Amino acid sequence: MSGPNTDYDPVEVAAVSPAEVEAARDAALAAIAAATDLERLKVVRSEHTGDRSPLALANREIGALPPQARKEAGQRIGQARGAVNQAFGARQAELEVEHEARILVEEAVDVTLPTDRDPVGSRHPLTTGAELIADIFVAMGWEVAEGPVIEAEWLNFDALNLGPDHPARTMQDTFWTDPGEDHLVLRTHTSPVQARTMLSRGVTDDAPIYVVCPGRVFRTDEYDATHSPMFHQVEGLAIDKDISMAHLKGTLDHFASQMFGEGITTRFRPSYFPFTEPSAEVDLVCFVCRGVNPEACRTCRGEGWIEWGGCGIVNPRVLQACGIDSSRYSGFAFGMGIDRTLMFRHGLEDLRTLFEGDVRFTTAFGSEL
Amino acid sequence: MKAPVSWIRELVELPADVTTEALTDRLTALGLKLEGIQSAGADLQGPLVVGKVLTKDPEPQKNGKVINWCTVDVGDANGTGEPQGIVCGAHNFEPGDLVVVVLPGGVLPGGFEISARKTYGHVSSGMICSVSELGIGEDHDGILVLPADAGRPGDDVFSLLGLDEEIIEFEINPDRAYALSLRGVAREAALGFGVPFLDPAEREVPAVDGAAWQVDVEDTVGCPVFAARLVSGFDPARPTPEVIKQRVEQAGMRSISLAVDITNYVMLELGQPIHGYDADKVVGALGVRRARDGERVTTLDDTDRELSTEDLVITDDSGPIGLAGVMGGATTEMSEATTRILIEAAHWDATSMFRTGKRHRLSSEAGKRNERGVDPLLPGVAADRVVELLVEHGGATAEPGFTLVGTAPQRPTITIETGLPARLSGIDISAMTTVEHLRAIGATVTEHESGAVEVVPPSWRPDVNEPYDLVEEVVRIVGYDQVPSILPRRATGRGLTRTQRLRRRIGRTLAGSGLVEVVSFPFVGEASFDKLGLAADDPLRTTVGLANPLSSEEPSYTTTLLPGLLEAAGRNIGRGATGVALFETGTVAFPSDSGPAPIYGVHTRPSEAELEKLFESLPIQPQHLAVVLAGERTRPGWWGAGADAAWSDALAVVRRLAGELGVTVQVTGAARMPWHPGRCAVISIDGVEIGHAGELHPGVCTSFGLPKRSAAVEIDLDALIAASVDVTPGPVFSTMPLAKEDVALVVDAAVPAALVEAALREGAGELLESVRLFDVYVGEQIEEGRKSLAFALRFRAPDRTLTDAETGAARDAAVAAAAERTGAVQR
Repeated sequence: MSGPNTDYDPVEVAAVSPAEVEAARDAALAAIAAATDLERLKVVRSEHTGDRSPLALANREIGALPPQARKEAGQRIGQARGAVNQAFGARQAELEVEHEARILVEEAVDVTLPTDRDPVGSRHPLTTGAELIADIFVAMGWEVAEGPVIEAEWLNFDALNLGPDHPARTMQDTFWTDPGEDHLVLRTHTSPVQARTMLSRGVTDDAPIYVVCPGRVFRTDEYDATHSPMFHQVEGLAIDKDISMAHLKGTLDHFASQMFGEGITTRFRPSYFPFTEPSAEVDLVCFVCRGVNPEACRTCRGEGWIEWGGCGIVNPRVLQACGIDSSRYSGFAFGMGIDRTLMFRHGLEDLRTLFEGDVRFTTAFGSEL
Repeated sequence: MKAPVSWIRELVELPADVTTEALTDRLTALGLKLEGIQSAGADLQGPLVVGKVLTKDPEPQKNGKVINWCTVDVGDANGTGEPQGIVCGAHNFEPGDLVVVVLPGGVLPGGFEISARKTYGHVSSGMICSVSELGIGEDHDGILVLPADAGRPGDDVFSLLGLDEEIIEFEINPDRAYALSLRGVAREAALGFGVPFLDPAEREVPAVDGAAWQVDVEDTVGCPVFAARLVSGFDPARPTPEVIKQRVEQAGMRSISLAVDITNYVMLELGQPIHGYDADKVVGALGVRRARDGERVTTLDDTDRELSTEDLVITDDSGPIGLAGVMGGATTEMSEATTRILIEAAHWDATSMFRTGKRHRLSSEAGKRNERGVDPLLPGVAADRVVELLVEHGGATAEPGFTLVGTAPQRPTITIETGLPARLSGIDISAMTTVEHLRAIGATVTEHESGAVEVVPPSWRPDVNEPYDLVEEVVRIVGYDQVPSILPRRATGRGLTRTQRLRRRIGRTLAGSGLVEVVSFPFVGEASFDKLGLAADDPLRTTVGLANPLSSEEPSYTTTLLPGLLEAAGRNIGRGATGVALFETGTVAFPSDSGPAPIYGVHTRPSEAELEKLFESLPIQPQHLAVVLAGERTRPGWWGAGADAAWSDALAVVRRLAGELGVTVQVTGAARMPWHPGRCAVISIDGVEIGHAGELHPGVCTSFGLPKRSAAVEIDLDALIAASVDVTPGPVFSTMPLAKEDVALVVDAAVPAALVEAALREGAGELLESVRLFDVYVGEQIEEGRKSLAFALRFRAPDRTLTDAETGAARDAAVAAAAERTGAVQR
């Protein structure tokens, strides 16, 4: 900036005319308005506000003016420069917003592109189904008990009132380990877990037994669409004071409604199992047709009911073998096939799909169970 | 058990308006489960009528066949009353015979619709039927000629032939052996509808004089009651009356001959198995005893059987002539010439019957009933009933004399509190109802003032022996549908166990890592282990064998989950998958040497020591986890290339799991089939091996149809879970500035990176926060046989900013330790 000019020439001074300042200002404003991007604006800025710009040059001349003219010229030029700077700032902000918006537009992608780079895993419906069942019971305060699959004959049969010549032993065609004199079997049901629970815990007034036992069991069935040498069961056992069939019914009704939907209940039919007396078969209201016009129902095949499992009051002989005072405590037990339950719950046509390991089967279940 | 409805109705006064469906519903509610209802003539559609053949003109045809042009009187059934003209190819009938005619509009089994049609130059308006055409038998001998008194022309044949009969098939549970008879089924029907039961076993029998035949029962435990009767003058040529034949067949048995049909008919009616001997072939007295060593008998199925000393046999002077209660013998079998019939009806020990049936793999209608328990009061009655029918239908003469050896075993007296049924069922059942229902099932009930009653169960209920058995009887009559629905209120569980929770978490972690769970069978054989390339003496080949495997190829319970898992992976690849990642958790079994599992009594709980012995006798059965990663692990796509599974993916799965469980695992190299010898890691926890992970041996990949470089894991899940951290100590960390130092160390190619890292860690001292290997370089800039490992060292002090000098010193100490332990040279 030049210093005050005391030695001035009025003729020269006339060069800083108001019109010129106005013209320079207008030219600058027009150029700013015409700048369509930040780069152009930068050029405009140096042209109109830079050291060599008309307004900068004019400003430099102020010092050469006579003192009385300085004020007015200073004001005029200052205003012009202020207007230009303001316009520049506004345009700069405007163009920055535009620029950012344009970048976002330019960065757009096709969001419909696939993203299946990583494989999708899944747990098996037999596992998650068993967990679903366990959770229903755990929520009622029951516990989940487990035991070995290769089991002592005594626990799989004798302790459960299936003596050596009990006809029911032929009902359950059993895998025996070799040699047979080892008295070991692949458990034919999860009932030995019930026996183990009673044997290991006993029952007191303060510590009743409420356990479910999900697990893998074996029978010498040929493998086909509806039979498998290996399948899965869940059994339940409650031993307490004054346990009755009503508690069994209440428990199974609750189980049914949790598993198949509100309003799905059970019915009992008399049956026979060595470990229970009285014994019952338990049927489930068909959860598809709910017994309304069952003739057309593919799930229950016209029955309105689905056979679900077996149950009953624990035979006192079982309590006796497991060291529980049957005069003081009574109990109920029930059991159903998990595989079978999944088959009718999901309309599976062939049991073998559960054991083939085709990932298309398993992944289809996702997190439904 | 199949029961024709008309037969049931003969024995119970059921109201006429009780439909078959109502009957089966009620019986199902009582415990006789409906298997199905069959209708004898279900496949047939009328008009199906009696026709009387008026004329029969044989007409030879050009093709050599002779057909008969007949006119048949079908009464008004054809709407005109005129004789019906019918062409018939069979010849076994004559004018005047009564035959079965299906008229146009009728349908024969197989959907064969009958219409009037032109054939052999006549219009044949219907068809004269044979037994096989009607679908009621296998007799191909020609036209079914009805007895002369069967009916009149035009009569409906459905009722005449029992084709309108409904047959109920029941599934009879082992405790309801009495219902393996019409007597039992009808008794339940009477109970169900509260109507009178007409017991076919209620009949007068002659006085016992032992004169029918001499019978010596040596084994009175095996045979508590033996009844014998004799008839003579039987006419073996007589046909079985239609009603008996139909019922026997409808009940699912074959009609054989009049005498055999009658014994079967009475068995079906009463439930008592009966055997008829040709009396002329029996030599001397009948005996009942256990077989002796080396004895043999040829049974009615023409099988020569070696007898066990536990088998009960019927003998005569020649030795064993039958397998008692299970099947008669060939030497005394009734034939077409038999005129004297010795009738045996005996009560047998059910257990002995069961064992003999099982031993000889013999399942017969008689054996089925005898091994479940028959009413011991029946033998005399049943024998008498057979005599009656042989006289009535076979022209036989009842010989005087009735031999009845032994007496029926006593039924126990059961004391039951009358409140027990209510207490165990949750239904409000009064003492009166209890007593009433116990009497209704045939029990003798004596009431005491104490509130308890003494109950003697009926003779036909060997299954009822204890109070709870009586409860079931009372409750089933009251109705299982009356049981209220009440939730028990006292369960106070502790939730899932830690192990159960962790197992779920492991499953979720693996699924979250893109692995799919499979469930496969645990059966293996030598071929399975061969496929894994296991050495002949590999410990995994020592298995728990099965005595009765489904397949002789897979006779063992598995010791490793890999065979099933690799098969499943191969199956997926075979079905077109480009990559597959599977996991399975399951039990494997290793034999224990603790000897056979004991069998204890069941009247008291075994002692703690006994239980311990029992538990120890079981095979060792850990839960294993196995993983297979085959082919694409990540997919190629618009983002770039995918990656195939590699040995390191297998280890990553293990480390991820270990991390989830807070377990530190050690990894060391090993050579172990079925893994690649140079790419297999042993996984250990605190120096104890828990499994292996790495790339599969190329040969194993080929055997299972897996892509090259497929990787697998198998670890002991129980061991992993057992090592998991129970309570995590709260971590302490510094917020002071971080100091970074990277070092590249050159070591021999054989030096494990983990060893170098451990040395760095130890040498760096307390200021070290972390070490991470971020690059491995082998190439031109390194001499051959060496590799360069680049580590990022991160230092931080708990209380101050580290100076360059401190950091540098720590780094140098770390490098020095690595140099000393592994020969590392800093690049």
